[in-house]
Amino acid sequence: MIKASRFIIFLLLFADIILLGYVLIGNSNIQVLNPQGLIAEKQRDVIVATVLTMSAVAIPVVILIFFFAWKYREGNLNAKYSPDWTQNKKTEFLWWIIPGFIVFILAIITWKSTHELDPYKPIESNNKPITIQVIALRWKWLFIYPQQNIATVNFIQFPVDTPVNFELTAEAPMSSFWIPQLGGQIYAMTGMGTKLHLIANKTGEFAGTSAEINGEGFSEMIFTAMASSQVDFENWVQKTKEFSKTLDLAEYNNLVKPSKNNPVAFYASPEKDLYNKIIMKYMAPQTKGSEEKMSAMQGMEH
Amino acid sequence: MIEFIFGRLTLSALPHEWFTIGGAVSIIIGGLGVAILLTKLKRWKWLWKEWLTSTDPKKIGIMYIIVASLMLFRGSLDAIMIWIQQALSVGSSHGYLSPDHFQQIFTAHGNIMVFFVTMGFLFGLINLIVPLQIGSRDLAFPFLNTLGFWLYVAGVILINLFFVLGGEFAATGWLAQTPLSELEFSPGVGVDYWIWSLQISGLGTLIGGINFIVTILKMRAPGMTLMKMPMFTWTSLLSMLLVISVFPILTVTIALLFLDRSLGMHFFTTDFGGNAMMYTNLIWMWGHPEVYILILPAFGIYSEIVATFSQKKLAGYTSLVFAAIGITLLALVVWLHHFFTMGAGANVNAFFGIMTMVIAIPTGMQLFNWLLTMYKGRIRFFTPMYWFLGFVSTFTFGGMAGVLMASPPADFQLHNSLFLVAHFHTMIIGGALFGIFAGFTYWFPKIMGFRLNERLGRYAFWSWIIGFFVSFVPLYILGLMGATRRLDHYTNTSWQPLFIISVVGFCIITCGVVFQILQIIVSIKQRKQNLDKTGDPWNGRTLEWSTPSPVPFYNFAVIPQITSGDAFWEMKRNKKPKEKIKYEDIHLPKNTAMGIYISVFVFLMGFAFVWHIYWLALLGIIGAIACVIIRTFDEDTEYVLTAAEVEKIEERGKTHA
Repeated sequence: MIKASRFIIFLLLFADIILLGYVLIGNSNIQVLNPQGLIAEKQRDVIVATVLTMSAVAIPVVILIFFFAWKYREGNLNAKYSPDWTQNKKTEFLWWIIPGFIVFILAIITWKSTHELDPYKPIESNNKPITIQVIALRWKWLFIYPQQNIATVNFIQFPVDTPVNFELTAEAPMSSFWIPQLGGQIYAMTGMGTKLHLIANKTGEFAGTSAEINGEGFSEMIFTAMASSQVDFENWVQKTKEFSKTLDLAEYNNLVKPSKNNPVAFYASPEKDLYNKIIMKYMAPQTKGSEEKMSAMQGMEH
Repeated sequence: MIEFIFGRLTLSALPHEWFTIGGAVSIIIGGLGVAILLTKLKRWKWLWKEWLTSTDPKKIGIMYIIVASLMLFRGSLDAIMIWIQQALSVGSSHGYLSPDHFQQIFTAHGNIMVFFVTMGFLFGLINLIVPLQIGSRDLAFPFLNTLGFWLYVAGVILINLFFVLGGEFAATGWLAQTPLSELEFSPGVGVDYWIWSLQISGLGTLIGGINFIVTILKMRAPGMTLMKMPMFTWTSLLSMLLVISVFPILTVTIALLFLDRSLGMHFFTTDFGGNAMMYTNLIWMWGHPEVYILILPAFGIYSEIVATFSQKKLAGYTSLVFAAIGITLLALVVWLHHFFTMGAGANVNAFFGIMTMVIAIPTGMQLFNWLLTMYKGRIRFFTPMYWFLGFVSTFTFGGMAGVLMASPPADFQLHNSLFLVAHFHTMIIGGALFGIFAGFTYWFPKIMGFRLNERLGRYAFWSWIIGFFVSFVPLYILGLMGATRRLDHYTNTSWQPLFIISVVGFCIITCGVVFQILQIIVSIKQRKQNLDKTGDPWNGRTLEWSTPSPVPFYNFAVIPQITSGDAFWEMKRNKKPKEKIKYEDIHLPKNTAMGIYISVFVFLMGFAFVWHIYWLALLGIIGAIACVIIRTFDEDTEYVLTAAEVEKIEERGKTHA
């Protein structure tokens, strides 16, 4: 390769690294590495610990490969050449042991952290947790607060330092509920209830998405999760109760219709036990010719 | 009546969007161009007799590689469309594609790159090289080989057909997750095109898998025990064992989806007791081993290349074989790591996470053995060796990302994000595709008789590796920033610079592809300077290098006797006094067009099921079965090349050299 082109290539590579470094450092938007809640923080710690453990072996090996490639190049006649050299049983065994040992450490980390960070496990806290029921619709998120008796679309608010127990289901293709700065995602599926426990340790607004494709409007299926003080939260609940329309079945059936890019909406006194009814809609025995019940909620309770 | 004849295929289904019209026009013009060229050169008969109906694995291998290259072009067009949309579509701008188009494009991109590019290239290389490496003149079932190839072609045509004949492609992601892919949410023909192109090409893959397993197990040269087989043959064997273990799962799974969609059944629907999670399990029970089907032969290629270019025996051959066997077995028990987030308990998640990490043991061990193969070697830096070193740097990187995602708590944060997208592109491009390029350059002289231009090959390599990092490192970062995959639009403006850098990377990769095309053109022009007269241009170790280049159609005039691994290396070393060669009669398979006929009928069946044209589907099924039956009664499938003829060809070859 001629020198000029090599120089240009290295220049490009270098410029790229600098640019990347700039984006990385100048930007506090690396949400996963910039957690705002206990769960996300622990998950970040697992990521860092795992990467460091692997790097301990992987990086030296890669460096060695490049070093050997350079040292034993054909032009280097000083280097020894023994075409029949192979390793003995002991060293061969060693190459199984080294990655084996690393994986053993990783396995311990994994086993412990998987149990500790099981999304179904409630978070211990002195504050009383609040429950938010999440229903994935095409293409918006409906949130029901059974204790506060309100409901919202594409927006949630909850007090800081208070565990939030999410219960999720869907009346849409599989969707995935994810607030990167608070912790990992979980799927929302029809006829199923899944659980996720998160907590915010700082106030602020955090981006939430549907991470799994569920149809045309999926990119716009985003919401805001807002952690506020307890007082602000109570005020917000009160305001919502007073100034919003009610979420009855008719209103819900309207919401179920596919729609893209939905604005935030607030509702007071949602239909009683709506979350369970939505799950049961797909669980209850069904017979042919009863399709209408899929669109109307009445008659779902038997 | 019209509905009976045409099913769902109405005029309104014909191409009417700019991108389908563009596709249709370019396919029609391209097809016409080729047809006119063939007519002008009077090559139709030559094409049919010498190529299309051939049962020679070398010719089939070349055809696989040509079709896969065309599909690489199509898949790359999809890629650039995805990239440009994502670079533009932020905030108030919505880019130039509608969400539905965008989703069709990335679905097609994934399917084409996995099924029709990587699989096509691999089957091509395996066809070209495995028979030569095991000292065989042919495959166990030459007819099945052409059938497998033509079923693959039928799949290729079907997945591209909507450009010309209308309809749409699936907009569901490459695995058509239920319930999204069910009739309720995807009523169009897109998912049906998906089902049938995969079903048909999957059948071809399965047939190919059986064929190569039997070939490798039964047709090795005398003396070549399993533990004397070259690494590429070993990994191909294991890859094919995975094919026959898991492709039936794919066939059944998408057959059930087809029943759901066509006959109103409820295997994976949301209602009437259907279970969409079952589909997720089944498709990944196939889908995860599938990526090992792609990567295993690449590992074999790297093993061959490191040993050859270090001019040294492979260090730890036995370990490498057992590593490959270990990867094969582990590949079958890790599928659940694709959906930790579906809510399985901590014990289940932890088990599958740890099993996945265990794969890092044999994989990491391979690196050590390649390292020690180079130790005290005398390394010659031809382009295949560059690709190997490129692979080491990308694959370690991507492998670490993979192990990271095997940890369930980490996966909850990385799943479905661009981090994941970057990870599997690192594995498939940096692992499988670089391996294919390395193998292509390495074995090219064996098949074509001359070497590829080194300088352009190096340019291509540098463009690829730099472009690769520039495109995919930003995606890793974007994933950590919370960007999910498959977004046709996003509101977070801080993501846009990274998406733009990623497009720049794609442009650099494109330069690499241009260099590769130039490399082939220039090499053909300068072939006289780069002729491989010895048949052994790299000082090779395995049996394929003992044949002249290009390889005669019967591969070996005399089947060699094998006494050790690295058979050809040993032969060169213990030069025996030249004996008078005793030629023998050679039995070779005759050409047959039956593979094409069967594939045409199967294709018609698939097409008919897509459009609900049931009479045509029935015709296709009956036609295909009839062809199979006719073929079974055909006793006259071989011909004999007499010893005298072989001698004549061999002597002529010698004087030419």
